[in-house]
Parts: sequence; C-alpha cells; structure tokens
Amino acid sequence: MSEPKGPAERGKIVTEPEPISYNFAYLDEETKRMIRRALLKALAIPGYQVPFASREMPMPYGWGTGGVQVTAACLVPEDVLKVIDQGADDTTNAVSIRAFFARTAGVRTTTRTAEATIIQTRHRVPETPLREGQILVFQVPIPEPLRFLEPRETETRRMHALQDYGLMHVKLYEDIARHGEIATSYAYPVKVEGRYVMDPSPIPKFDNPKLSMCPAIQLFGAGREARIYALPPWTRVESLDFEDHPFTPSKADQACALCGAADSYLDEVITDDAGGRMFVCSDTDHCAGRRGEAS
Amino acid sequence: MTARRGAPARAGGDPSAQDRPLLTVEGLTKRYGARIGCADVGFMLWPGEVMGIVGESGSGKSTLLGCLAGHIAPDAGRVIFDTRDRGPRDVLAMPEPERRMLARTDWAFVHQNPRDGLRMGVSAGANVGERLMAVGARHYGQIRGAARDWMARVEIDVGRIDDRPSAFSGGMQQRLQIARNLVTGPRLVFMDEPTGGLDVSVQARLLDLLRGLVRGMGLSAVVVTHDLAVVRLLSDRLMVMQGGRVVEQGLTDQVLDDPQHGYTQLLVSSVLQV
Ligand SMILES: Nc1ncnc2c1ncn2[C@@H]1O[C@H](COP(=O)(O)OP(=O)(O)OP(=O)(O)O)[C@@H](O)[C@H]1O
Ligand SMILES: [Mg+2]
Ligand SMILES: [Zn+2]
Repeated sequence: MSEPKGPAERGKIVTEPEPISYNFAYLDEETKRMIRRALLKALAIPGYQVPFASREMPMPYGWGTGGVQVTAACLVPEDVLKVIDQGADDTTNAVSIRAFFARTAGVRTTTRTAEATIIQTRHRVPETPLREGQILVFQVPIPEPLRFLEPRETETRRMHALQDYGLMHVKLYEDIARHGEIATSYAYPVKVEGRYVMDPSPIPKFDNPKLSMCPAIQLFGAGREARIYALPPWTRVESLDFEDHPFTPSKADQACALCGAADSYLDEVITDDAGGRMFVCSDTDHCAGRRGEAS
Repeated sequence: MTARRGAPARAGGDPSAQDRPLLTVEGLTKRYGARIGCADVGFMLWPGEVMGIVGESGSGKSTLLGCLAGHIAPDAGRVIFDTRDRGPRDVLAMPEPERRMLARTDWAFVHQNPRDGLRMGVSAGANVGERLMAVGARHYGQIRGAARDWMARVEIDVGRIDDRPSAFSGGMQQRLQIARNLVTGPRLVFMDEPTGGLDVSVQARLLDLLRGLVRGMGLSAVVVTHDLAVVRLLSDRLMVMQGGRVVEQGLTDQVLDDPQHGYTQLLVSSVLQV
C-alpha cells in the first residue's frame, strides 16, 4: 500500500487512471447495499448490535476491517476522508487505510477534523467537536459488552432483549471492591437512550461524554465479529456507574508539552534513550491546530 | 386442611392476599417424548407455607420444580402466582421479561449444586449484590452493606466478602447461594435438594439456618428432597410423587405418621430411602 498522495498526484490519478479491477471504494454494490441495510437498522435501534455478512478485506482483521467496510458503504465521491489511529493521522494503520480509500474511491483525504465528512477512527474521538453532516466510523474489536461476564452468545442476546443488565454493575462492583474505584479506563460500557448497553470500542473513558448528544452520526463496525451498531445524531449516551462512585472521564493530570492544552487527552511518550518522558495530545490534528501549524 | 398462616403481613401488599393462595398449580404436565416427567400435578401453597416434595429418583420432583419456576416449559397446566402489584397471574402465560423480573425479585431458586446457583468468578459480595443490581440498586455502599448483612445472616465470616466462592467449603457455598437468593426479599423460594451433597453435620447446620430464615421471614417455599428429615423439619405439607404423579398429599406429620398410599408406606418405612 502506498503513502497518501499529495494534491498533485491525486490530480494525476484522475487524468491517467490506473487499471481498476474493483468497484468504487473496493466493495461491490451488492455488498455495500447489504451493509447499508444493516446500518439503517442499527440507526433505527440505537446501541443494538446488528449482524451483517462481513467480507474479507485486503488487510488483516486487527486493522479494522469492520470500520473499513462501514466506511466503504458510506463513502460518496464528494466525501473528504480522515483516518486516525489512537488520535494520530500518521501511524501505519491510519496511513494505509487512508491510502486504500484514496486509491479505490479516489476521494479527497485530510488530517483536519473540521474539514472531514467521514472520519474513520481506532480508539479515539477527535477533540474538535463534531458537527451535523459528519460521520464518525469506529473500528471495533469486540462488540459485545457482556462478553467477559457471559461468554454464551445465546445468553447475552437474551440479556439484551430483556434488559437484564445486572451483570454490568457486578463488574463495576468488583472493580471498586478490588481497586477502590472503577478501574475500567477503556471500552467503558455505556447505556444508550436508557435501553441498550453498548461497548463504545476501546476509546479512553475520557472520550465517553463526547458520544452523548453528538451532532454527527456515529457508526461502529466489528469485522471479525460481523456486527454493526450505531448512534444517530443527538443520542443520549450514559456511562454506567454507581451513585456513590460516579463516572469520571479522567485523563493524565498534565498539560500538553507541545501546545499547552489542559483539556485534551494526552499520551505519554518517551523522548530519548535516557528514558525522558513527556505528555502530548493524542489528537495530533488538534495539537497541530493549537500550535498554528495546521495548513 | 388447615394451612399455617403465620406469615407477617407485608407493607404495601394487598391486605386480602393473606386469605388466598400464593401459588395455585393445576394439571401441570411435562413429557419427555413418550416418557412422563410429571403428570397432572395440582396443589395450592398458602402465604408462609412450606411444601415438601418427596419421591424416589426419577419420580419427577425436579421436573415439577423446573416447571413451577419457569425453567422448563410444561406441556399442559397452569401455575398461578399472586403477584404483588397485579394479583393472581398465570406465570406460564406471562411474557418472558415479566417472568424473568419475577424470578429475580419475588422468587428464588436454590440449586442442589451451589455451582449452578453461584457465579464462581466473582466475589461473595458481588454474588449477593447481583440481584439487587439487577433490579436497579445503584449505590455501592448500600449494596455492600446488604451483602455484609446477608453474609452474617447465613453465618459466613463477613471478612470473606471479597473472596471468590471457589475458595469456600461446600456448606459455605450453599449458604452463600441462599443469601444471594434471599437478598431481594422474595416471597417464594424453590429449593431442589438444598442439603444434598453435603456432609451430615453440615446438613444439620444448614437445615437449622434454613428453618430460621423461612420462619423468620415468613417465606413460602417448595422444597424437593430425598430426605424425610428435611421435610419433617421444614415443611408444613408434603406431596409424595411416584412415576411423575402425586400419589399422596397432606400435612407433613399426618402423611409421615399415618401414610395411606402403599408407596408412601414403603417410603416412610425407609425401605426406599436412598
Ligand atoms: N431432559 C430430560 N430429557 C428426557 N427425560 C428426562 C429429562 N429430565 C428428566 N427426565 C425424565 O423424567 C423423569 C423425571 O425426572 P426428574 O429429574 O424430574 O426426577 P427427580 O425426581 O428429580 O429425580 P432425582 O431424585 O434423581 O433428582 C425421569 O424418568 C427422567 O429420566
Ligand atoms: Mg431431581
Ligand atoms: Zn497538544
């Protein structure tokens, strides 16, 4: 897979197209229609996991094939695509997926949240508030929030159907009993519109509040598990907790060493061989924008 | 027949509820292919009353209990339970969500093997608290308080609240299962061989504890057992089953001291006791 093409190269594609043996955005129209049907159903029942006939994609499962299929089904030629992995646009995974769609769909790509119409993400929600008309596509490894408590699929399905969610709080109870607090910091379970308990994918719990009442469409794709779920715009999303141990969207108690942001999610990075460390924004676009470098 | 009606009236309940059966079972039948699980079973259970079910292995006791508790779908019959809010309702005709809600609030089921009734992978405290959380308890401190309280009531060292049940003895596991079931203050408890599989000395202690809880809380219960000592101590009334059918029922003392049916006579004379 090649690096993302600059504007000049993109122009070249239009004038001298490479021999293309695949459909727009790689998937055939029938497959995209099947995925869109699943997406519509998922949007109609917020937080409910809809099974779909997940396809093989020309990349390994760990690379977010669920998200890639959802993105492929949503893309139109006018879209501007952004792809992030843990907040960064420049990791191998993000670069490869962006290049994949630049080549198979010929869509414009960007690193800027505000410019994008579709954002595929692994493990983060951008810091820049999303707006109406945007679509955020999450890559999901394990869609079933009850999985670790109840391995039987027949039983978890029944628990969802009957809203039999006591087990979720059993897990949080165990956390507090063992660690003095709710130790879950990623993939922190949420309840959608007071109905379905949902795994928000392994985003940090810091991002959980951003899911709620979000103006954008949020779609979740799990490739290996063949499940799609969704949050339509302006959906109420609550993080599960106890009255006396309320949910806290915590982050490292630091400011970004590069842009000084005190309110963005930070990664700890090692800066030299001597073990020097610093905290920087996990959202590279956000950080660059604050430093006035985005161009 | 004079049923014991010593149960304390419950606040908020229907005042007339003490004057009508808590459970009415009619014509309950379950077949496994050509084989009879249980056939045409009928009885009434009054508030605060304990019904014992005895019979040899394969006589249909567990099948009957499973049908009553909604674990097994019977082929025919009715199970009418006097619900708190809406009075007598046919449990078998209830929508599944409603029946499940009943099963985790007003009903309890104590399995013979505590492993079937406990979550072995989480702490004792979480085991006791689960039913509370399932019905909406969201205060950790209160849930933990209730777990402590119930562990003490079933005579488990409260210091073991964060231990997993896999680290408990068989008797402790069974007591934990009982605590986990009673924490929501159910009105009806189903028990399948609650003392089975335990040492005799452990059985006696558990039986004492159960008797205290049942009488103290005014619980109604249906208890399946092989052990006539269990029914003597716990149950007000007794049903004797053979080949899936009830061959005799009555007050426990009457049935045991003056058995009418030939099979019951054999059972009481301990010829058939396992
Ligand atoms: N799942 C099943 N499939 C087929 N037959 C069954 C099943 N469960 C029970 N039976 C049969 O139904 C009859 C009643 O069985 P049940 O388990 O209710 O008896 P029981 O009185 O509880 O026996 P035990 O004292 O051994 O526990 C037996 O003939 C048994 O073989
Ligand atoms: Mg049995
Ligand atoms: Zn920064």
